Amino acid sequence: MLALFILIPLISVIILNLTRFDFIKKIACWFGLLLTLVQICFVLFVPLDLLSSKAGFFGRYFSFNLAADSLTKIMLLTIGIVVFTAILIGQFTYSDETKRFNFLNLILLVLAGMNGLVMVTDVFSLYVFIEIVAVASFILILTYKDKLALESAFKYIVLSITATLFILLSIAIFLLISGDTSFVAISAAIKNPQNNTLVMIAVCLFLCGSFTKGGLVPFHGWLPDAHSSAPSSVSILLSGIVIKVTGLYPLIRIMDMTGGGSEPIKQILMVIGAVSIVVGALGALGQNDIKRMLAFSSVSQVGYIVLAIGTGTALGIAAAVFHIFNHAIFKSQLFANAAAVEKQTGTRDMDKLGGLASKMPVTGGTSIIAMLSISGIPPLGGFWSKLLIVIALWQGAHYTYAFIAVIASVITLAYFLSFQRRVFFGKLALGLENIKEAKFGLLLPAIILALLTLLVGLFFPLIFNKLILPIESLFKW
Amino acid sequence: MSLILIILIILIVTAMMVVFSSKLIIGAISLALTSIMITILMFQLNSPLAAVFELSICAGLITVIFITTISFVKPATEEELIVSRKRRLKKYIYLPVLVAIAGYLVSLAIRPLSLKLPEIIQETNVRNVLWNLRQVDLLGQAIVLLIGVFGIVVLFKEGRKK
Repeated sequence: MLALFILIPLISVIILNLTRFDFIKKIACWFGLLLTLVQICFVLFVPLDLLSSKAGFFGRYFSFNLAADSLTKIMLLTIGIVVFTAILIGQFTYSDETKRFNFLNLILLVLAGMNGLVMVTDVFSLYVFIEIVAVASFILILTYKDKLALESAFKYIVLSITATLFILLSIAIFLLISGDTSFVAISAAIKNPQNNTLVMIAVCLFLCGSFTKGGLVPFHGWLPDAHSSAPSSVSILLSGIVIKVTGLYPLIRIMDMTGGGSEPIKQILMVIGAVSIVVGALGALGQNDIKRMLAFSSVSQVGYIVLAIGTGTALGIAAAVFHIFNHAIFKSQLFANAAAVEKQTGTRDMDKLGGLASKMPVTGGTSIIAMLSISGIPPLGGFWSKLLIVIALWQGAHYTYAFIAVIASVITLAYFLSFQRRVFFGKLALGLENIKEAKFGLLLPAIILALLTLLVGLFFPLIFNKLILPIESLFKW
Repeated sequence: MSLILIILIILIVTAMMVVFSSKLIIGAISLALTSIMITILMFQLNSPLAAVFELSICAGLITVIFITTISFVKPATEEELIVSRKRRLKKYIYLPVLVAIAGYLVSLAIRPLSLKLPEIIQETNVRNVLWNLRQVDLLGQAIVLLIGVFGIVVLFKEGRKK
């Protein structure tokens, strides 16, 4: 059944392009939305055993070696939510029908790639699916083909290829020591103390690759450019899920394979995480472009996730996964708000904006919820995940890192308050007197995601039992 | 001097030529030469299957595609070539030095680790892992092909319409 998560988007793209009716192009985005909704419902309501059942047509003829656990389930859910938002925003921001249709085809292929990435049980297949997402993202960034897009896409593809080269090298070493590329075989080979040095080299190479894909400092050069020059819907996809699925998910799997990681690996992760948190937050403080600020904020938030993974404890990894989910929701929402502001005012420069809350109350209101959540204000979702991260750090006696995490949260609040003041509050900027609220289609994702942020925060005990505890139990080494 | 060392030196020279050459055709041929060197290395390292793939696809098919594409492109004038050559030299002159320093540093870092490589695994086992258990990668390859198609449409066809 798991193969369907890859096959359905793939077959849909083929069917959409084989039919020659014009109305197909018109309804394509709605079809894409339906597909992602089905994915979300499947993940939410079908039990894990049934989901990973190998019975059925494909199971009889193919052996795809796919598997699903609680981590896969939450990743599939996050992928579904972010892709749904990106398609909805794309439907209302691409004015050209052909561009919109090509965007939908590519995003469905990215959906298939990301779904595959979180279900494979083998590092080589993991590499194949990481490449799929990278190549498709490169083309999506290039949609508008202006100078900035070309430059940032080139930067992205060069760094991405370097990252995959590191990952490929580490896979080669894993193959050398274990004779296999499956997670289980590598995990068993890693336990052999004779392989210690080789494992260390392989894991370090893998980390370099993952850090670049995840946009962590000092490998983050591509991220602010790519996120700000891409169309809004693509920025949602990149910041909301691509950096997590290609950069952080493999990191969690590697930590799982190495039984929580050795002490030097944990130290590398925590140092890189802490530096990313601070550099990302300080970088965001100095930005004028809304999307560039949000991109730097992503660097900072990804730092939190890596810091939590670096604890190497079950609670730390569960907290990291929960923050991946929360960040996907509120960052997608903030990019959706940025898309609405850009569409209505024609600019993303915060110096030219101001006082929009009276003209765009829904956009302003929903952005406040996302801002409070990302800054870790109770009782929203972001507060709980950051709290869990700090608790995991405290339990592991990493007091300095816990302190950095808390202080950086205050910096996050500072740059988001500055963003609110410069865009939505204060005096109405000149030339914005006739601005109206964005179309309902552009507001809908922001409203849904703001509600989701609220619900995740208010029903935290339920989320803790249904989501965090099962993930925590996965990583008891 | 062992054969492998000679091949490695030629490999570095041809790889540099790819970056330094201002004529596309020389770049493409140098790339093919690099692939041929890698092929010989693979044969030397007892990996005939990988060597054959490298030779037929990287040195053969890809070079043919490159040269076909280059034949459609208007060649640069002598003056343009001189300007481009100077610019490339200025840009990449530090590259060989950087590569040499990086290589030296890596060798210094690895030496004290005294790596003990595990025994070579039976070739059939590796072959089984790399070729027989790859059904899910077929799906991945199908997706990559489609992405390539849409990449061409988005990057070239849409632009031509404008």
